[in-house]
Amino acid sequence: MRTNNLTRLLMVVTTLLVAPVLASPQQMESHIGKVTGHSESGKQLFYRYCWGCHGFRGDGNGENWLAPGSWLEPYLNIQPRNFVAATFKCRSTPTGNLPTDQDLYNSLVRGFVNSAMPSWITLTEQNRADLVAFIKTFSARWKNDKPGDPINVPPEPKLSADSIKHGQELFQKLECWKCHGQEGRGDGPSASTLTDSNDQPIRPYNFAVGSRFKCGATNQDLYKIFMTGLDGTPMPSFADVIKPEDAWDLVHFLRTLQVTHKSPELTLWGSTKEGAAQIASRKISGTPTGSGIKQ
Amino acid sequence: MRTKLGYAAGLAVLAASTIGFAGPSGGSISGKVTYEGTPARQKPIDMSKEPGCASQHPTPITTETVVVGPGNTLANVVVYVSAGAPDDATPPGQAVTITQKGCQYLPHVVPMVVNQELKVVNADSNSHNIHPLAKINHEWNKSQPPGTPPFSEKFDKPEFIPVKCNIHPWMHGEFAVLKNSHYAVSGGDGGFTLPNLPPGKYTLTAWHEAYGEQTQEVTISGSETKTVSFVFKAKPY
Repeated sequence: MRTNNLTRLLMVVTTLLVAPVLASPQQMESHIGKVTGHSESGKQLFYRYCWGCHGFRGDGNGENWLAPGSWLEPYLNIQPRNFVAATFKCRSTPTGNLPTDQDLYNSLVRGFVNSAMPSWITLTEQNRADLVAFIKTFSARWKNDKPGDPINVPPEPKLSADSIKHGQELFQKLECWKCHGQEGRGDGPSASTLTDSNDQPIRPYNFAVGSRFKCGATNQDLYKIFMTGLDGTPMPSFADVIKPEDAWDLVHFLRTLQVTHKSPELTLWGSTKEGAAQIASRKISGTPTGSGIKQ
Repeated sequence: MRTKLGYAAGLAVLAASTIGFAGPSGGSISGKVTYEGTPARQKPIDMSKEPGCASQHPTPITTETVVVGPGNTLANVVVYVSAGAPDDATPPGQAVTITQKGCQYLPHVVPMVVNQELKVVNADSNSHNIHPLAKINHEWNKSQPPGTPPFSEKFDKPEFIPVKCNIHPWMHGEFAVLKNSHYAVSGGDGGFTLPNLPPGKYTLTAWHEAYGEQTQEVTISGSETKTVSFVFKAKPY
């Protein structure tokens, strides 16, 4: 069907009339590397690409996710991020802090595995930076608080079987298995009762399938996940209770739980007697989501 | 003759010292919180998934959403001055403490002033994570394994914040972050006292986690004790 000029004009006028009313009047900037994003440009992009899921008000109540209690079932499994609440999972800053512009930009680029949030690598760098700036207009927190300082991620030490063994001890001692299960399949004793901060049921990450995490795919990303916690979810921050060198041991061990993803850690662990026995006994349940996506 | 004068003078000084000095500010408000109707039955908690805690409660404890006492009294109600008193310019120097013991939060309701230090203690032999579900303050979530030292946090805005542990879903507590130090939490007898109130017109608010809020106006003119009572409507569910 060909839209005639009148219809086209009406559509443009409606969008221009409606969008400014709904968007917050304040203007923000974002700084990602050498690129500066502007919220006024981000606004146009948001109301074209994002509001269907994230909602007119940016509160995660888009028409693709219907508010709980609605007589229609929500189409999406996981509720889209509520930008008004300004609580974000994927950060490089300590728990309770705002993410940096780079953190938000990275989330746009990666998308969120196992959710409906796609990778927005199809938009230009400038577009993405503008969107980050606009996201920051939804909550007054961005005006009043500064994002925390990113945590220091020390360089990864050399991989060794001892490191993996120590990581295994930490996994036991820190009781990660209570939620994640002894084999990291997300089937621990507390797993079935977990709810996120909106009282929606949520499952812990299943290490046995796939290789990507919600907040990245590298060892550095994994390090940051448990050293900053995933705010808004049951996953806490362990920054106060793990030393950085111990944290790397835990990272190495966690990689050996990802039995469908060929990593140096898994290969090394499989070459030891203890490791090989462990890996052989692991059941693979669930669907692998693939690995090694380059950004 | 002089001794009698001496006695009289001494008595006068003694009397003056007791009457004139009524504390740093003056009056106080005290009273009782009760409920009418039937409160929901509190359910026993199954802690079998955490044997270290289950063993500490040979008789299982119940949920603490509604804690009542004889005479229809209501406990765990935060009674505080919501208007009429200035905000505390600096928070009290002493920290308030919340202890995780037997997979329970002790106390169930922790009142504190904005920016006052909150100490979090894990007294159990298993891990807990402490997750205040703040909507106005920053929401954070920290793991606290057994044997690790207490850590401190603070909240910079007034809010009533539910607190949970994700590992142990039955654990529930409340933080009451208030603007000033004029507050009390009703005990098992429903009683509360707010001392040291200078003369003035105050709005007193009573907050219960399930039954909501109620307010009353109270005027203090000198060093008297005003009696105030709150009656909440209990719900059977």
